[in-house]
Amino acid sequence: MTRRYSALSLFKEGLAGQTGWKQAWRSPEPKPAYDAIVIGGGGHGLATAYYLAKNHGITRVAVLEKGWIGGGNTGRNTTVVRSNYYYPESVALYGLAHRLYEGLSKDLNYNVMLSQRGMVNLCHSTAEMEIGARTVNAMQINGIDAELFSPEDVRRVAPIYNFSPDARFPVFGGIWQGRAGTARHDAVAWGYARAASRLGVDIIQNCEITDFIIEGGRCRGVQTSRGAIRADRIGMAVAGHSSVLAAKAGFRLPINSYALQACVSEPVKPILDTVVLSPGCGVYVSQSDKGEIVIGGGLDRIPSYAQRGNLPTLETVIAGLLEMFPIFGQLKLMRQWAGIVDVVPDSSPIIGPSPLPNLFLNCGWGTGGFKAIPAGGTLLANLLATGKHNDISRPFDLDRFASGRLIDEAAGSGIAH
Amino acid sequence: MQLFPCPFCGPRDETEFHYGGDAGNVRPDGADVPIDRWAGYLYLRGNPKGTAREIWVHMNCGEFFVMERDTITHKVLSSAALGGEHTA
Repeated sequence: MTRRYSALSLFKEGLAGQTGWKQAWRSPEPKPAYDAIVIGGGGHGLATAYYLAKNHGITRVAVLEKGWIGGGNTGRNTTVVRSNYYYPESVALYGLAHRLYEGLSKDLNYNVMLSQRGMVNLCHSTAEMEIGARTVNAMQINGIDAELFSPEDVRRVAPIYNFSPDARFPVFGGIWQGRAGTARHDAVAWGYARAASRLGVDIIQNCEITDFIIEGGRCRGVQTSRGAIRADRIGMAVAGHSSVLAAKAGFRLPINSYALQACVSEPVKPILDTVVLSPGCGVYVSQSDKGEIVIGGGLDRIPSYAQRGNLPTLETVIAGLLEMFPIFGQLKLMRQWAGIVDVVPDSSPIIGPSPLPNLFLNCGWGTGGFKAIPAGGTLLANLLATGKHNDISRPFDLDRFASGRLIDEAAGSGIAH
Repeated sequence: MQLFPCPFCGPRDETEFHYGGDAGNVRPDGADVPIDRWAGYLYLRGNPKGTAREIWVHMNCGEFFVMERDTITHKVLSSAALGGEHTA
């Protein structure tokens, strides 16, 4: 029976005809009660359950997922991991996530295929270079690696960019983060699921929340498509569907749900070994380990719960891609899809207690939740275990919308959303 | 390309329109509006899954109007000029 993944176990299983692998996580029937319930089996929910068990010793935990784990935005993003944000609060948050990502494969004993291939945010004018220098300075002061790239530097890391004299968006330089890169998105969900399951967490799929059990003004559990499940500590990490659950719990959130689409080309030989973002073209691009060119852009401009993108946005993104990389003109698109993202006015997440006691929020990541999974899980687990914020999660409380202490990271998303 | 019905210009490309928030989100009036009421007006949204009543602007003619729309299927159910008899 092979439980731990290693080169040695792979070798042994090869000799044994691959017959000893166990399923990566258990699929138990839901129990009637738990110490904590996490709603949402995406990266953030699974990470929350894992850190509840690992950091806080709380193992009577259920993750309730209405579909299959990692089937929402965790499986629909462009897999970029970075922490090139401006404000100290954001740096503390995304910096924590980035550091945890760097040790995640070891921590989970699951290869999340983190590839720190670097990312460059291009600057297309003198004015953008001034803003770029300001961003780089802010990142360095906040202890995050950053470098201001010259046009020659950009040419070195992305030689296939459109450097022609008549380019619509010429390169004046860029913001470089060498530790940025990509990770295998499914592996992040599966790795957290496996590690959490091994610590005793029940992962329950095809289990949709139909209502909250509210007694004495406090949340005491959930009604689900698989019966009532009780707990006195409930966290939700459901991204674009946060408002739907909030309505069941009796409150509203500062969230609009939009479709964010992405697409990949047919696989081609290695041609782009970094992540390139052009604010002018409104596109970011990388090449997956399988060789596909992975393409992302801005939001569809129509509030939506349909997990598919609309054509005008796709056209804009592809036009931007070809402006950046004319060489991709003959690529064939293989797949196109969309996820429903929870967009907040200040483009920063909401982490903290909800207006309904015992129910805690992890939402509002908008277009950038994947890179934050380890931090979102750590912070929601801390809230569920202690009932209190720590210094990193405190600024992201829902109360900032009444107090006016917004963390306006509109620029941090890279693309104007 | 989806067509949205502008009450003034008729069916037009979706790219000509801009979303303007929940219909019926009325600005609080008076000097002693509590903070929560202001925060609610400025930030909190219904964000319904299913039928939604929304303010839209047709950027070409500049008119604001109310559109009722399904946020799952994107089917448009109705569209009416602001201040008309069909709008709150």
